Amino acid sequence: MSFLFCKFDMDRRNFLQMLSGVAAMPLVGSTHAESAALRIGLTPVFLDDQLDFLKQLNAYFARQSGRPVSFTQRGSYREINELVRGGKLDFAWICGYPYVRYRREMRLVAVPVYHGKPLYQSYLIVPKNDRSTRTFTDLRGKTYAYSDPDSNSGFLYPQYSLLRAGENPTTFFSRTFFTWAHRKVVEAVGVGLAQGGSVDGYVYDTLALAHPELTETTRVAHRSPLFGHTPFVARHDIPERDFRSMQEILISMRGSQEGAHLLRALNLDGFTPGSSSLYDGIAAMARTLAESRR
Amino acid sequence: MRFNRLDDLSLRYKIPLRVIALVLVTALCVTASMVFREYDESRRDLVAHAAGLGRVLADTLMAPMVHDDLWRAYEVVRTPQQHNNSDFETLSVASVVVLDTGFRTFVSTQPTRYPLGLNPAHQETDFAYMQQALATGEATAQRLIEPPASDRLYVVTPIIAEGVLLGHLALGYSRQVFAPRLRNLMARSALVTLLVLTVLLPLSTWWARRLADPLVALATAMDQVAERLPDPAVVPIPTTGDEIGRLAQAFRGMLIGLHQKAQLEQHMLVAERLAAVGRLSAGIAHEINNPLGGMLNALNTLHRHGAPDALTEKTVSLLERGLTQIRNTVAALLVEAKVENHPLTPQDIEDIHILVMAAAEKKAADFVWHNRLDAPLPLPSTLVRQVLLNLLLNAVQAIATGGRVECDTRVVSNRLAILVENDGQHISAEHLPYLFEPFTTERSEGNGLGLWVTYQIVQQLQGSVEVDSQPGLTRFVIELPLPGAA
Repeated sequence: MSFLFCKFDMDRRNFLQMLSGVAAMPLVGSTHAESAALRIGLTPVFLDDQLDFLKQLNAYFARQSGRPVSFTQRGSYREINELVRGGKLDFAWICGYPYVRYRREMRLVAVPVYHGKPLYQSYLIVPKNDRSTRTFTDLRGKTYAYSDPDSNSGFLYPQYSLLRAGENPTTFFSRTFFTWAHRKVVEAVGVGLAQGGSVDGYVYDTLALAHPELTETTRVAHRSPLFGHTPFVARHDIPERDFRSMQEILISMRGSQEGAHLLRALNLDGFTPGSSSLYDGIAAMARTLAESRR
Repeated sequence: MRFNRLDDLSLRYKIPLRVIALVLVTALCVTASMVFREYDESRRDLVAHAAGLGRVLADTLMAPMVHDDLWRAYEVVRTPQQHNNSDFETLSVASVVVLDTGFRTFVSTQPTRYPLGLNPAHQETDFAYMQQALATGEATAQRLIEPPASDRLYVVTPIIAEGVLLGHLALGYSRQVFAPRLRNLMARSALVTLLVLTVLLPLSTWWARRLADPLVALATAMDQVAERLPDPAVVPIPTTGDEIGRLAQAFRGMLIGLHQKAQLEQHMLVAERLAAVGRLSAGIAHEINNPLGGMLNALNTLHRHGAPDALTEKTVSLLERGLTQIRNTVAALLVEAKVENHPLTPQDIEDIHILVMAAAEKKAADFVWHNRLDAPLPLPSTLVRQVLLNLLLNAVQAIATGGRVECDTRVVSNRLAILVENDGQHISAEHLPYLFEPFTTERSEGNGLGLWVTYQIVQQLQGSVEVDSQPGLTRFVIELPLPGAA
């Protein structure tokens, strides 16, 4: 694996975020979206905190598109979703859950291919020393870590599962909290801050390869059925030329040496155009959850 | 007894040992005070650092606590540990615990040790102590809490939002963290002490030698006193002005005094012996003189009135000659000062010069003559002349051919001083104490009564005789007090 990762940089970034209360840290050199630049939003659906890797990815997109590229990151999925819906971003790599909610306001550009399929799972993880937990209902009255309220794997699926088990998801755990990133769910469970957490299986497996010290204090207690992988979307009024160009860049990534290198860093096989129907399963869960709240 | 053995050590070792002891004691004291200061400072640094950190964290924790954002609160409390710098080990936080107003754990860096929502005071005595301490004092003040018999100390900062107390932030620090710093300090101190000792030890050894050597020399010289008096001029004695110098001076003075005493004793011994011999010989002379006078009278009567035959005549004459010789010898032994004679005139002395000149010329002697008298002196002239004659004839006899004889007579502060010296064969040291005894001459000629008579005369005139005889120079000095002048 070629994860180029500087722990210190990331830690400092987290620290500064905390102390300043700023929810996100703009990337150097891409603070302002130029009129001609491609504005791409990123979310923690992948390991989005590796600045060096993002620089390479940015350069790759810029070279392929022939236009400057600006990446935008925010503290929550919601902020990126809103920016796409408001037309402030041209593209964004988001989660399937917001996608199914705002399908009409976005266009599906491509879907990551992971282990040969455009699919991934949600993991229920517990601390390593917890040997008994098999499913959500084993964690009644415990502290639970969700990643983001707009995450399928990190929130929708566990909530849906509890509903299906006949539990009230809002009162089942004694205490819940959001870490706003899958990686931090792993950390929270690893140190014992939470007795369980929901995490993107793709992110967890990738983390296990890049940073085994984070995952080795945890255990995957339960794996969800397969869901459509986190979609790369465009704003609904994206010019057709830009849409095609971006789709082509993503799909052809595995064909170029540099693209393949970046895909290896992402722990992905490549991108496929995909279809909206991939997310019907998530849509069904979202509906069930929405109905339960009425 | 054990201490005596240490006391018996030579100064050469005692001084360096004492220097080592002094250096060690000094080093120990300095190190102890430094360690104490270092500990104090480290602790103050730590508390100051913890107070600052506590305030920053408490401010930052305000929002997550209000929003009940557990993850953000956790990220806040773990930041100090993520940035622990190994160079400043003492400042590293061992534990951070955020407690709500009910003293339940809101969040901590060790969620498994301090479970969320439970009161840590139920598990750890440190926190039980802390809870008690917080209950008594002002709730909104930052506090340093040191639970007794604990290896940790805590800086507790209140978390306040808009004047409302949300809870407390407890930063726990290990007391053990001071140990490496203090150990390091002690190791450095030991090294410096060792360096100082390596410099001071040879220095103090040299210094001890300097101090001890003169004392050892003095002690050695003193040891000799019992066996044989060392010559004060030869004894190696320090001349410094310090106590050792003073001791040496006193020792030299004592040696000189002892020498004088020994000489005086020697003189007295000789004088007493001579006096005893004098009394004995005077007694014998008297006992002999009475019958001798009778015998000589009888012989005289026989000469004058008898008509002895030739053989008797010859025998009587033989007896008379023998008895006369006995009388002369006894007379010589029995020095009589009562002889009537006139006061000593310069001419009397000059007569002796003429008398001795003949003998001196026979030996081609260099005869130096100083007669410094210019007026008659109230001294019996016959006796003084005999003394002078005896000494000069002895001197002339002692010299080799062409030798030197000197005579000097003068008056020095109411005394007549007669000096006679020659460069002939000196008087041996063994013979010197018996020089003035009768019949003890070393020479073949003479009857050995010359110096005896001289001594007797000087004694009767209450004068003194001094002899100094070394190879090349034999000197007699006689001093006679002038009567009525004292």
